[in-house]
Amino acid sequence: MRTAATPGPRRRPAALTTLMATVAAVVLGSAGCGSSDPAPGAGPSSAATTPAGPITVRDPWVKAADRGMTAAFGTLVNNSDTDITVVSASTPVSPMELHEMTMKDGRMVMQPKVGGIVVKAKGSHVLEPGGDHLMLLNVTAPVKAGDELTFTLTFADGKTLQFSAVAKPFTGAGESYDPGHPSMSMSPAT
Amino acid sequence: MTGRGTGRPVSRRGLLTGGALTASGALAGAVAATVATRDHSAAATATTVGTLVEPFHGTRQAGVSTAAQAHACFVAFTLRPDPDRAVLGRMLRLLSDDAARLTQGQPALADTEAELAVLPARLTVTFGFGPGLYRAAGLADRRPPSVAELPPFAVDRLQPAWSGGDLLLQICADDPVTVAHAQRMLIKDSRPFATVRWVQRGFRRSHGTQQGNPTQRNLFGQLDGTANPRPGTPALDTAVWSTDEAPWLRNGSTLVLRRIRMDLEKWDLLGRTDRELAVGRRLDTGAPLTGQAEHDPPDFAAVNGAGLTVIPDFSHLSRAHVTEDRQRILRRPYNYDEAPAADGTADSGLIFASYQADITEQFLPIQRRLAERDLLNEWTTPIGSAVFAIPPGCPPGGWIGQQLLG
Repeated sequence: MRTAATPGPRRRPAALTTLMATVAAVVLGSAGCGSSDPAPGAGPSSAATTPAGPITVRDPWVKAADRGMTAAFGTLVNNSDTDITVVSASTPVSPMELHEMTMKDGRMVMQPKVGGIVVKAKGSHVLEPGGDHLMLLNVTAPVKAGDELTFTLTFADGKTLQFSAVAKPFTGAGESYDPGHPSMSMSPAT
Repeated sequence: MTGRGTGRPVSRRGLLTGGALTASGALAGAVAATVATRDHSAAATATTVGTLVEPFHGTRQAGVSTAAQAHACFVAFTLRPDPDRAVLGRMLRLLSDDAARLTQGQPALADTEAELAVLPARLTVTFGFGPGLYRAAGLADRRPPSVAELPPFAVDRLQPAWSGGDLLLQICADDPVTVAHAQRMLIKDSRPFATVRWVQRGFRRSHGTQQGNPTQRNLFGQLDGTANPRPGTPALDTAVWSTDEAPWLRNGSTLVLRRIRMDLEKWDLLGRTDRELAVGRRLDTGAPLTGQAEHDPPDFAAVNGAGLTVIPDFSHLSRAHVTEDRQRILRRPYNYDEAPAADGTADSGLIFASYQADITEQFLPIQRRLAERDLLNEWTTPIGSAVFAIPPGCPPGGWIGQQLLG
């Protein structure tokens, strides 16, 4: 196979593109447990499929942390014709809040995002270090690099979405948490 | 953050058309999704060296029979204490995901310099497993038998700083910025699991400098790798890839990586004729001294007017020559050229990378003949040595090493 790997412009058969597009990084309605490794060699062909939901999470990841606070990131994609509001997030390993970053007394701090995260119709919303993120307030077990954590998003209409995110070593996202927890900050992961 | 480049409406539609979602791992899904969405914007991008892509997923790893890119970085790691099988699996899933994305021109997850990822320039990331990785995994019985420290050779002057390693990442691309970014990203994600043991950087002529894919020249000015099995031939498959029944060996290979110091000061003392006798080939064309063109077969029996063989039996060509495909090695070397000493003495040489199905059957017989009597030994000194198994490739959603550790 590699011997035929002549360099060429990025191009892929349409059928393959469609196949790959079916493998969005979202888990719907399956109860996973946090920080469990996926089945060895689990690939697209071995996975069960469920109908597409109105919202998907692209490229999710969580910052590895031995203890305390950490956060999950990714891109929320709204596939529907109406705005969707994420009102809460949860994971088995930590209490969670939806956070935003804001300027306070001349420095950036994070605080709970009042009213939730709104993802516009046919739009997307990036969760990233320095911006909105899914905050894990106090992990009860180390979140190690390479672990997979399961998260559940709850929307304003009461519906939920599960997805799993891989833990990455990451030294950034060391934001300070402003209201209520002035002494807490996200420590660099190991 | 990583989704920035794919946040266009057309890309989102691409994600939707598939319709179905899966309960597969996040890594698998995320890679596939980003690759798929990227394709829509690719059509609008003019083809440059920077946008060329080598596949990552497949039965065999890329970066072996792949036409050698201009820039290479070999990073060897020492595993941290007590990395059991599960820990190694977490490490290799992370690194495989990084490699899968970066080679396709996608930022890695948590890529803090996402803009550096968009021009892959034929980036390949090839994983090698040293003997220590099999020990750490408690799977010494699955180590390819020939992947063991080489026996000492009289010519060796090996330095620990360039030798050994539990894990190797061979990072190659036609652009040095791309290599630097991939190296940075992969090292960051390796840190919970391993420390950097050594790094060797090498180069060849730049992409586009020459037509086609000619044999590379080393810093002695010699064509280097003429006897290689040709890309795309059964001879290359026979020489390089394992046909073992065990899934963790089949479609894998082995790598011998030797750092060969080349004494340019001493080489300067030689005239052209002596240089050509030492190697047994002409410097300009690379033709054997008995032939006209680079790939003419050498005639070791031909004698000159004085009754001596035209190709000396102490020449590099004579000593390295093999006739059977199964005896061949695939040389994929890179030049190195570090800062010279204050008096101008060069610190130059070759990162000699040899791929073969079996080190004992292929590399060692050649190496023994060269160590025993090769005139080039006068000007070359091995100062580093490491051996690695090259595990098979992985399908989309998989990871390198899954056949061994999964």
